[in-house]
Amino acid sequence: MTALPVAALPIWNWIVEPLQYGFLIRAIWVSAFVGLVCAVLSCYVTLKGWSLMGDAISHAVVPGVVVAYALNIPFAIGAFVFGFGATVAIGYVKSKTRLKEDAVIGVVFTGFFAFGLVLVTKIPSNIDLFHILFGNVLGISPQDIIQTLIAGGITLVVILLRRKDLLLFCFDPNQAKAIGLNVQAMYYTLLSVLARTIVAALQTAGIILVISLLVTPGSIAYLLTDRFDRMLIISTIASVFSCVFGTYFSYHLDVSTGGSIVVLLTFLFVLTMVFAPKYGVLAQEVRKRSPHVLDEGQKPQVVVDQT
Amino acid sequence: MQATATGLDISVDNISVTYSNARLALYNTTCTVEPGSITALVGPNGCGKSTLFKTIMGFLQPSQGRVRVGGFPVPKAQKRQLMAYVPQSDEVDWNFPVSVFDVVMMGRYGYMNMLRIAGQKDRRRVMESLERVDMVDFRHRQIGELSGGQKKRAFLARALAQEGKVILLDEPFTGVDVKTEKKIVDLLMQLRDEGHTILLSTHDLASVSTFCDRTILLNRTVLASGKTADTFTQDNLEMTFGGLPVAPLRPFYPQAEEVDA
Repeated sequence: MTALPVAALPIWNWIVEPLQYGFLIRAIWVSAFVGLVCAVLSCYVTLKGWSLMGDAISHAVVPGVVVAYALNIPFAIGAFVFGFGATVAIGYVKSKTRLKEDAVIGVVFTGFFAFGLVLVTKIPSNIDLFHILFGNVLGISPQDIIQTLIAGGITLVVILLRRKDLLLFCFDPNQAKAIGLNVQAMYYTLLSVLARTIVAALQTAGIILVISLLVTPGSIAYLLTDRFDRMLIISTIASVFSCVFGTYFSYHLDVSTGGSIVVLLTFLFVLTMVFAPKYGVLAQEVRKRSPHVLDEGQKPQVVVDQT
Repeated sequence: MQATATGLDISVDNISVTYSNARLALYNTTCTVEPGSITALVGPNGCGKSTLFKTIMGFLQPSQGRVRVGGFPVPKAQKRQLMAYVPQSDEVDWNFPVSVFDVVMMGRYGYMNMLRIAGQKDRRRVMESLERVDMVDFRHRQIGELSGGQKKRAFLARALAQEGKVILLDEPFTGVDVKTEKKIVDLLMQLRDEGHTILLSTHDLASVSTFCDRTILLNRTVLASGKTADTFTQDNLEMTFGGLPVAPLRPFYPQAEEVDA
């Protein structure tokens, strides 16, 4: 009876103690929200193979943030315009040249990013480049929270409404076209949602690490299930868990918030990669060692096929 | 609705398709797929079969010419759910986290509202389609867990669920055993008798003459087209395959029995 509270106490304190600070409560729920939005989208990004595209958008928003500051408009608008503009530029260059997509993406996003660096050093502002690059959720301002909520909220609503069409678009764009859906519109819907999500995650993770939130949760889930609905759930749990406890770690250990969130997420990925019941390294190894089990598993399939 | 009773034709009128490297994939291609027929598109690898398919389906834009399906331009025909497409196996991501049921349900999206919520009728059609291809027991499988023949049948079920009057099948017999091939052929003949127009591409010459009413021989352009009995001559085939040795035409079903024994 006495042993239990004593053992539980440090963890309880560990969790409750930071909650006396308003900025920390804010940081935790904002990053949990960002984790949720990114997790949902990361399932599509993973399946579509758009992680490089996400990387490109996240770097391309930098000039947008600076321009928005100079024009005194919300940073989210500037960032979105440049992020989405970069994807349009990528699409245009790709259609007009014989270059492969990865080369085009490499050329365009580094160009945007470099332009942003030039602007940051030229236009006088109080923008902290370090905060753009690596996020600053502990110091997030109320206006920034509102922008994050709006950008993330739009993303969630769009995906909720178009979730099946977007899935079909990722799986089989030709079929989408064959049943008369506007594939071009879906392509740009998914791109704009991606750009908006990156804008939403800008303050939390920063542009360098946001790609982790957009790829890792979906990848973890993809290794654990063969059903898209379950993938969404697993991805969300992994992402929100990492965002919340990453923020805790960052407070307790006094380390970078974005950094500790991504380290935690990557740790979950490594665990999954090794221990996933079907697609994990260990499970594959076990299957390889006992081919007998595999044979029995496959036999019924073949028999039924011949009937 | 009145058009569906009589079947729909596909008319390809003088199309040319150019790749981005300026090479012509197809030139001055004109052909007609008769309503309510099974038509085979035959030609060697790289002759433009897939390109013609993709142009008919509107996945590729021709640099000249036009395609009509049942008298409609392709986008309009697709909005009316007139055209169903069964892709080649290597165009599908078999690791995608969807079940057979999910895939067949994708054939119904065109009939649903914006949220794609399946109704009673959609679910019934999906189950009927799965029954017709004998895949009901596999409906909860992830698509990668199927054999080659089952994969084909799953996508055939999707085309059935879509209720398209025109069905295009790109290489339906590659990677499929003889029994499944016969099953698919039987189903295609039933569908034709129900008034569907079927166009399939194949390089399995032996089976074409057994069930395809009409044949289009293709090598960068249409070399011959018409009733299979008329077009499927040694001369035409040698012309199409450019002097490659053409295997003697063997009857199809005896061959199937051989393999069974």
